[in-house]
Amino acid sequence: MDLLIVLVVLAAVVTFVSAPLRRREPAAAGAGSELAELEAAREAKYREIRDAELDHRTGKLSDADFRAVDAALRAEAVEILHAIDTIRQR
Amino acid sequence: MAPVGRTLLIVALLIGVYGIVASLHGARSASREWVDSGRRAIYALAGVTTVAWVILEAAFLRNDFSFNVVAAHSSTTTPTFYKLAAPWSSQEGSLLLWVWLMSLWSSLILFLTRRRVREIAPYATAILCAFGVFFTSLAAFFANPFGTTSHPPAEGAGLDPLLLHPSMMIHPPMLYSGYTLLAVPFAFAAGALITGRLRSEWISVSRRFALAAWLFLGVGIVLGARWSYTELGWGGYWAWDPVENAALMPWLCTTAFIHSIMIQEKRGMLKVWNVSLVLASGTLAILGTFLVRSGILDSIHAFGASTLGVPFVGLLAVMIIGSIGLVVSRRDRLRSEARLDSLLSREAVFLLQNLVLVAMVFVIFWITFFPLISQAITGTKVSVGPPAFRPFIVPLALVLVALAGIGPIIAWRRVTAVNLRRNFLAPVGVGIVTAVVLAVRGEAGKPFALAMFALGAFVLATVAQELWRGVGARRAMTREAAPVALLRLIRRNRRRYGGYIVHAGIAVLLIGVAASSSFQHSRDVILSPGGSVNLAGYRITYVRPTAAATAAKLSFGAVLDVTRGGRHVATLRTSRGFYPSQDPSLGVIGRFFNGEADSDVGLKAGLTRDIWTVVNPDLGPLAPYISRGDRVFAQELPPAMQRLRGLSPRQAQAALAPLWALRDRAIVDIAQRFVSHPWPVDFLLIVDPLVVWIWIGAIIVAAGGLIALWPVPTLARRRERVTARRRSPVPGATPAPGATPSPAPSPSATAASAVREPV
Amino acid sequence: MPSAEARPAVGRRSGHGYRRPGKGHVGKSGRVDPSRKRAIRLTVALTAALILASALVYVSFSAGRDEVTAGQLLRIARPGSSYILAGTVLDGSVRHDGTALLFRVRDPKLKVSVPVRYTGVVPDPFRAGRGVLVTVHEAAAPGAAFIGEANSLTTKCPSKYQAAAASY
Repeated sequence: MDLLIVLVVLAAVVTFVSAPLRRREPAAAGAGSELAELEAAREAKYREIRDAELDHRTGKLSDADFRAVDAALRAEAVEILHAIDTIRQR
Repeated sequence: MAPVGRTLLIVALLIGVYGIVASLHGARSASREWVDSGRRAIYALAGVTTVAWVILEAAFLRNDFSFNVVAAHSSTTTPTFYKLAAPWSSQEGSLLLWVWLMSLWSSLILFLTRRRVREIAPYATAILCAFGVFFTSLAAFFANPFGTTSHPPAEGAGLDPLLLHPSMMIHPPMLYSGYTLLAVPFAFAAGALITGRLRSEWISVSRRFALAAWLFLGVGIVLGARWSYTELGWGGYWAWDPVENAALMPWLCTTAFIHSIMIQEKRGMLKVWNVSLVLASGTLAILGTFLVRSGILDSIHAFGASTLGVPFVGLLAVMIIGSIGLVVSRRDRLRSEARLDSLLSREAVFLLQNLVLVAMVFVIFWITFFPLISQAITGTKVSVGPPAFRPFIVPLALVLVALAGIGPIIAWRRVTAVNLRRNFLAPVGVGIVTAVVLAVRGEAGKPFALAMFALGAFVLATVAQELWRGVGARRAMTREAAPVALLRLIRRNRRRYGGYIVHAGIAVLLIGVAASSSFQHSRDVILSPGGSVNLAGYRITYVRPTAAATAAKLSFGAVLDVTRGGRHVATLRTSRGFYPSQDPSLGVIGRFFNGEADSDVGLKAGLTRDIWTVVNPDLGPLAPYISRGDRVFAQELPPAMQRLRGLSPRQAQAALAPLWALRDRAIVDIAQRFVSHPWPVDFLLIVDPLVVWIWIGAIIVAAGGLIALWPVPTLARRRERVTARRRSPVPGATPAPGATPSPAPSPSATAASAVREPV
Repeated sequence: MPSAEARPAVGRRSGHGYRRPGKGHVGKSGRVDPSRKRAIRLTVALTAALILASALVYVSFSAGRDEVTAGQLLRIARPGSSYILAGTVLDGSVRHDGTALLFRVRDPKLKVSVPVRYTGVVPDPFRAGRGVLVTVHEAAAPGAAFIGEANSLTTKCPSKYQAAAASY
């Protein structure tokens, strides 16, 4: 009984772990690393934009500072989006 | 099933080795198949160690004393609830728990990130597999939980009575979860350094999992403190014990990281600092695991000297040298993208907070390891007691609390006079008023405590101000009711407001620590029944003694009445329990009075103060009766055993039953003398203010951490919902070109519409 | 729209520390050069670190007590000095004398033990055969037990499997 359990576990492990190596089709190419990096940067930039707006609304940024910061962040976001679009079009 | 368990440990070891090879091969040859196979090795490691864990738990539950660990740490009388926890009270079981939890957490995280950080993940997988190989090797070859004996005893030694506490069910798993979760950002940081990819993706992944580790480790630490306070008979919750410190150091390091990573996220600064913090946190987690097992430092937790010290030193050396090597070799990719503009800015506050936290870690490390350091330098082990921490930790903690209040309300860019006035006036005012009121009340004699109360009030005021203003901003846009606006504000900005809630919790917790440390009243007193003592305005009277005898233990205790100004406040019940020893040399009767002891604390907790007591009864007056009982049984037992020859075990048990009944009757009668002929007993009485604030603060911290950790739908998905709903521009928002959403929005419109939702 | 010189390149972070258009590094006359500012900050930080480290070293050596075994204690004990005695509680040596706890601590290697008279909180795990640490000093009377300082006793958790006991 003990031996049976061990053999079953072993068989399951070997089958499971080797499954990717026995795939007929190559693994789907995921988003390139550069694209993934840009998408993460985009999410972070959106968060910064919203944080800046919240800081402005709660009084930590003056109107003038907020306008400057917001414009700069949106410009950076636009550049990131451009870069993402460029990669996707390739 | 023990052979199955032993075999599964070897299988786990081989899986780990395969995982290392497959992941590295996949990374070097850019082969997704091998990378996926390597990741599956971690999943398989989790599966195999789960089976091994189930086998071990089953052995405990069915009292299989052929397992050495079951015989050593459980018994037939151990409650089922605690039998489940008993595996991790042993060295062997705790090692298996470590590798099991590490493989579970690693599996979860690698599954969640299977489509992200694709270049880093294989190296991280290899490193996690390496940890798995290390701990599985220790379990398989040095401290095997599936070791058996061919002559199993009829009864186990039982669980240490100190561990028969609900906190002990969850304190080790929470701590170990924290430690093993720290292995994950360590692995990802090393992988990021190897691949040179230390940008947004790595930041996003590392921050979240470091926060999870921080949360679990923090809960584990607080549970340990709670156990110490309610179970151990010394009346405190923190003793600066080396093993306590070993858990605190990685927690402080991780606290620093989850703050400073925000600076890297926003400004591209502190890259070397951040990777160093993550690597240090992971190393300190392994160091903590090592401390408990090596016996190199004296601690109540230390399992005593073991053979595991050398392998752990080897692992730590590899981790430290490897970390330093990676950081130095990748220093060109770790250059800051920006500089600190002003010392009066949020960046500077975060940096200062980091320096304070690292200074605390250094202080704790130095004093904890000083016996070894001094031995290396002078040849003599020199111990520095807990009072040595105070001159350093207290001022640093005060600075930390101040920064916890300043950080949320100071501007990112630089402070202006307007900013100062608008954001600091009210909270600073609250802090000053608090200090003045308390000073007038007479707390000025404890300046550090007073400072902590004032700074704690300052922090709470800043959090309240931020919530107030945030709700106001949201209501201005949405016209929601305040409670709804508050909930949605927090939901939309979980990182920010989760963090603020954590700060509030820390303030509450440290107020509790300051009050209970500085204003505790304590008395060690001997009382006879009817005797009273005054303490901190309370009159505490020893009403009557109690005694109880069960199969599991003997208890000798007391009922105390607490009054104040003639008014009844509380009734406290405390006792000291004695568990039967297995040592026959103590005598048939004597072993029931001289075994393991534990204290049942008498506690009346309240929002303003706790009244705490333990009794330490001297059983000397019972000694003549115990000795007489032992003599009687020493005479009666041998002939009775002689008469058992030739009988079956069941017949022998039946034949001895009257003798054991007589023994039990004798034990009860002797114990009852504590009640019928009471004598003066020793009480430790403590009145401690605001202790409950520590637990409340910890709950608030945990809640804030959970909020900050909870995943938010990605902004991209929200953008699509925004454009689909064609939401109108929010008043006051900066107009941007092409702001009208369209089926195929331009990047600039996308950027604008992404943030057009209310805050 | 921000001016071209103010807009950062892709991936370069400005965050909320973005400088306003028009303001540059060269400020009014009399402003400290940024590199000098950094040098000053570094000097201040290193000085603070040095002070902290020095204080730590001083406190450690001045407040520390030697951790000794029973054999070492018998050899080096001096009146007026206290030591942290580490060892195992000798079997059969534990007694109570009023509120005081009397026990002997044996040396892990040598066949010697020292008597200790201790008052204060007794940890729950304390018993004969357990590893303990207790801060002691010499008693006034020669030959008397070492005096254990109040509430300085700690006991190690047991780790070893106890041999199977008889069934009664």
